[in-house]
Amino acid sequence: MTAAVAPEKPELPRGPGTSKKNGAAGTASMRSVARNYVDRVRGGELGALPAVLGLIVLCVFFAALRPVFLSELNFANLLTQGAGSIAIAMGLVFVLLLGEIDLSAGYASGVCAAVLAILLTDHGWPWYGAAGAAILTGTVIGLLLGVLVAKIGIPSFVVTLAAFLGFQGIVLMLLKEGTNISIRDQTILAVANNNLSPALGWVLLAVSVGAYAAIQLRQNRNRRRRGLATAPFTLLAVRIGGLAVLGAIAVHLLNQERSRNVIVDSLKGVPIVVPVIAVLLVAGTFLLQRTSFGLHIYAVGGNAEAARRAGINVAAIRISAFVICSSLAAVGGIIAASRGNSVDPNTGGSNVLLLAVGAAVIGGTSLFGGRGRVVDAVLGGMVVAVIQNGMGLMGYSSGVKYAVTGSVLLVAAGVDALSRRRAVQR
Amino acid sequence: MTATPILRLRGIDKSFGAVQVLHDVSFDVHPGEVTALVGDNGAGKSTLVKCIGGIHPFDGGEYWFENEQVQVHSPRDAAAMGVEIVYQDLALCDNLDIVQNMFLGREKRRGLVLDDATMEEMAAQTLEGLSVRTVKSIRQQVSSLSGGQRQTVAIAKAVLWNSKVVILDEPTAALGVAQTAQVLELVRRLADNGLAVVLISHNMNDVFAVSDRIAALYLGRMAAQVSTSDVTHSQIVELITSGRSGDLGLAHSNGATA
Ligand SMILES: Nc1ncnc2c1ncn2[C@@H]1O[C@H](COP(=O)(O)OP(=O)(O)O)[C@@H](O)[C@H]1O
Ligand SMILES: [Mg+2]
Repeated sequence: MTAAVAPEKPELPRGPGTSKKNGAAGTASMRSVARNYVDRVRGGELGALPAVLGLIVLCVFFAALRPVFLSELNFANLLTQGAGSIAIAMGLVFVLLLGEIDLSAGYASGVCAAVLAILLTDHGWPWYGAAGAAILTGTVIGLLLGVLVAKIGIPSFVVTLAAFLGFQGIVLMLLKEGTNISIRDQTILAVANNNLSPALGWVLLAVSVGAYAAIQLRQNRNRRRRGLATAPFTLLAVRIGGLAVLGAIAVHLLNQERSRNVIVDSLKGVPIVVPVIAVLLVAGTFLLQRTSFGLHIYAVGGNAEAARRAGINVAAIRISAFVICSSLAAVGGIIAASRGNSVDPNTGGSNVLLLAVGAAVIGGTSLFGGRGRVVDAVLGGMVVAVIQNGMGLMGYSSGVKYAVTGSVLLVAAGVDALSRRRAVQR
Repeated sequence: MTATPILRLRGIDKSFGAVQVLHDVSFDVHPGEVTALVGDNGAGKSTLVKCIGGIHPFDGGEYWFENEQVQVHSPRDAAAMGVEIVYQDLALCDNLDIVQNMFLGREKRRGLVLDDATMEEMAAQTLEGLSVRTVKSIRQQVSSLSGGQRQTVAIAKAVLWNSKVVILDEPTAALGVAQTAQVLELVRRLADNGLAVVLISHNMNDVFAVSDRIAALYLGRMAAQVSTSDVTHSQIVELITSGRSGDLGLAHSNGATA
């Protein structure tokens, strides 16, 4: 639940080991772990490093110029502001891993949000029915895009550019040429507007840290028992401790009263979107890192021909990546609808897609395919949210915010291209 | 020599568009033997191998495996029978590590979850069994390996599966002297363990050093398939360059003999 601020430790590809005999023994020393990490960074595998550094620099910068940036209220705002595009960015990671792009993810989220609003408000559906239908709409959209790309062979750039325009039109038609449908369902509104009770925040954090620790320690013990290379205990302790400490700081801050007028209404606790994003993060990470399906996504993105020769159904993998992307875009649309208390033709429009692509790339997901993780969307999404939020506090216009965010995306893409070149040259 | 071939091709044709690459090719592979497949560049060796491996469909002809006629439509079909191929362009994913590449498409799982520990053990054992000691960690990304190391990973991937037929397409082309010797030794060892091995190579010394039989392709036709002990270097070179050598090889303009 505090994953949004989870520590980015030198991630070893599951079996950290530098032992002599094919890595098949012993516990690596902290030293060799650190050396491996430095080697990988030098070799162009920057991972989440730029995003984490960027986040720290930006936070220090804005905090120095506008102390209000560090207020509890602003911290909570930052999280709810970023949540919608983080969900979309998580989906984009799957498509980017294949070396494809989905330019329609923003408006797909708009279409799904419109479906949600119409079913909720005009047809009186219960929240779960409407939300389910919205996500199903995303799934169908992804299926369509995926088939056009993987079966017909149209470049994803063109398919999703066409869809970008098409979905914009569909949103307008669904909303009867631009009327705005307000959301009155309390459950949907709660997603981006309400908070967990302070106690529940602590409980969820404790459960998350406990589960993380249990999984890590069990895995480590299992590997040691089988005589396989294991991470040094210090590294595990740093990871688990880091998650616990950063999580505790975040929960503590968010549990402070941030209402200006406490008597009228109290405002404290972890925003509900935070556990929502955390669940998506854990599920997406599990899918990509721990299942065959995830491995096959990396394989297709790394070398589609090798994947084909390994018997992987490349078209099916491509289609499912688009399905995941559009379905998560639907979740992003629901969050946006909740946050805006309504859906209008701009939901999912204007800069939403750009911010989401920016989030994934800034977080460290490569535009060339084969490299990236779901957590990149969260880290990059926080960078984008901090820029938007901090510059807003400093009184800059939207124009300047767009220009700066665009430049940051370009820098991130440049870092991606250069680090790739570096990796290829070796 | 062994009586029945494990893999038998008869009358294989294959075209890419208007270009016919394989003409009426017959090819036998025997268990416990190294069969060298030789031929000039562009003779169709890689194409033949890709067809055997289910990468390309044959246009016509028969594919027999263990005395049964089979249809191989995909790499999975070939792998299911126990046919493994080390492709000339190695077909490894640079962004995955050694273990992930070795098990790609056939991962070990516990329920839904990848069973990394088991895969790592099996990969380490296989590499150990091949006497490979050059890789630092089996969890390093393939992009960080040298040419010889990549070749080793590709071979290890092929022998991991208790396969019956292992086909290696120019495995030593990019290797140094010592690594070449290692790979050839490995090839011989696989055959001595009862596997049917096909080795594609341009190096006659290597071919004569390890093979039991030699099959020579000439412009997409099988010029001859002979016992290594029955022929000389120069006869094989002639078969490769002109499709004929004395009474061996193709009759004049078309059609195969031998
Ligand atoms: N995928 C393909 N499409 C079209 N032509 C091909 C393809 N693969 C191979 N060829 C052609 O088939 C012929 C045989 O190639 P190949 O099997 O690679 O020969 P070898 O491995 O013996 O050097 C060559 O002329 C080559 O250009
Ligand atoms: Mg070839």
